[in-house]
Amino acid sequence: MTQTKTRKVSEKKPRAKEKAPPPIAAEAPPPRVRLATTWLDGCSGCHMSLLDLDERLLELAPRIELVYGPLVDGKQFPAGVDVTLVEGAVSSEKDREEILHIRERTKILVSFGDCAVTANVPAMRNKFKVEDVLKRAYLENSSYHSEIPTVGLPKLLKRARPVHEFVAVDVFLPGCPPPPEAILLVLGELLEGRAPDLKGKTRFGA
Amino acid sequence: MTFPTDLRGKEPRGDKNPVRILMFKIDDRDVSAREDETILAVARQNGIHIPTLCHLDGLSERGACRLCIVEVKGMAKLVPSCVSFARQDMEVFTNSERVAGYRRKILELLFSERNHVCSVCVSNGHCELQALATDLGMTHVHYDYLYPRHSVDASHPRFSVDHNRCVLCQRCVRVCDEIEGAHTWDVMGRGVTAKVITDLNQPWGLSETCTGCGKCVHVCPTGALSEKGKSVAEMTKRRQFLPYLQLMRREGHK
Repeated sequence: MTQTKTRKVSEKKPRAKEKAPPPIAAEAPPPRVRLATTWLDGCSGCHMSLLDLDERLLELAPRIELVYGPLVDGKQFPAGVDVTLVEGAVSSEKDREEILHIRERTKILVSFGDCAVTANVPAMRNKFKVEDVLKRAYLENSSYHSEIPTVGLPKLLKRARPVHEFVAVDVFLPGCPPPPEAILLVLGELLEGRAPDLKGKTRFGA
Repeated sequence: MTFPTDLRGKEPRGDKNPVRILMFKIDDRDVSAREDETILAVARQNGIHIPTLCHLDGLSERGACRLCIVEVKGMAKLVPSCVSFARQDMEVFTNSERVAGYRRKILELLFSERNHVCSVCVSNGHCELQALATDLGMTHVHYDYLYPRHSVDASHPRFSVDHNRCVLCQRCVRVCDEIEGAHTWDVMGRGVTAKVITDLNQPWGLSETCTGCGKCVHVCPTGALSEKGKSVAEMTKRRQFLPYLQLMRREGHK
């Protein structure tokens, strides 16, 4: 995300009728919250919903530092992350390793969207054996180059499972995807150091 | 613990033996009730909300879902308010911490027991189970999901049943028996393998008793029963017929 570019503009834009935000340049900038996002077995829809915050991202930008995720370049999950939004279920050996690694390095872990919270659509394969699922996807429903890929792909776990079955989760943000307003509420509350109360703000499903 | 369950079979109430009126408390409010009214009915008359799932106005009570549990002072067990009757001076609490905790656990168990994938459900946005999760503040399921392998029966020309989304509330069983009078539906099996069946577990499309009226579809609280041709979030249920038909049936019995 182009947060460096947007930082300057952010004070001009917001609908500042009710409460004019204090001019940033006037006071010492508070330490930015180190935010990471990641997706495991998900469709990236939750990240799209995050981007659907549109101009409200500009209000968030001066207060956060985006340190890791599909929206930034870094390849290594850094240490000392304050908040991580995890999209997607834990479906493969790589997902499992990743979520354990992330948990170690994150203060507040957010299960971001239905796949992370309930395993959702990825879990629909759980009723079947992994081999049967692969056969169905790569052999039976394929008409060209039919083979089950073996190189460079992580091994699927027997079942896709929600994030909290592997690591402790601090905030649950259901929704398929969660509406941008709910994401903003969670980020806003966490930035203020409060536990977000999502009651009535989002629901399972879309 | 015994409750005065059914007044049928007892001394008939009449002028000489009138229905007794009781006074008791719900959430510290004094309420009055006829002796044959359930705690749930009295609560509703007094504008006190108790969440329900298997209850449906116009059908008999079944006590299947257990979401309407309430706490009664001096009683160790929580009782389902839809099938429990008021007693003089009892004190009922509909939303104590204990009740709310167990209610959420029951709801979570319902979610964990089948494959309720809201995002790809015909009833998404019109589902009573989904709405309950929001209303009761269920953020996630604390139990391991079971992911049972249940079937979908689409053999009926107009309707289909997806057992993955069934909560075994038995509304379909009751409406078919009590209102339509066909008794096509029933329940087979126990525990996680229990499922609603048509006739003697024949495909719905081959059922000889089913009249194809669709009442079961429209009383179903989730996406388990739906009309064919409906895609995600398109299945809305229409239940206006129920109070009317129930009244007609009652008139007919007199």
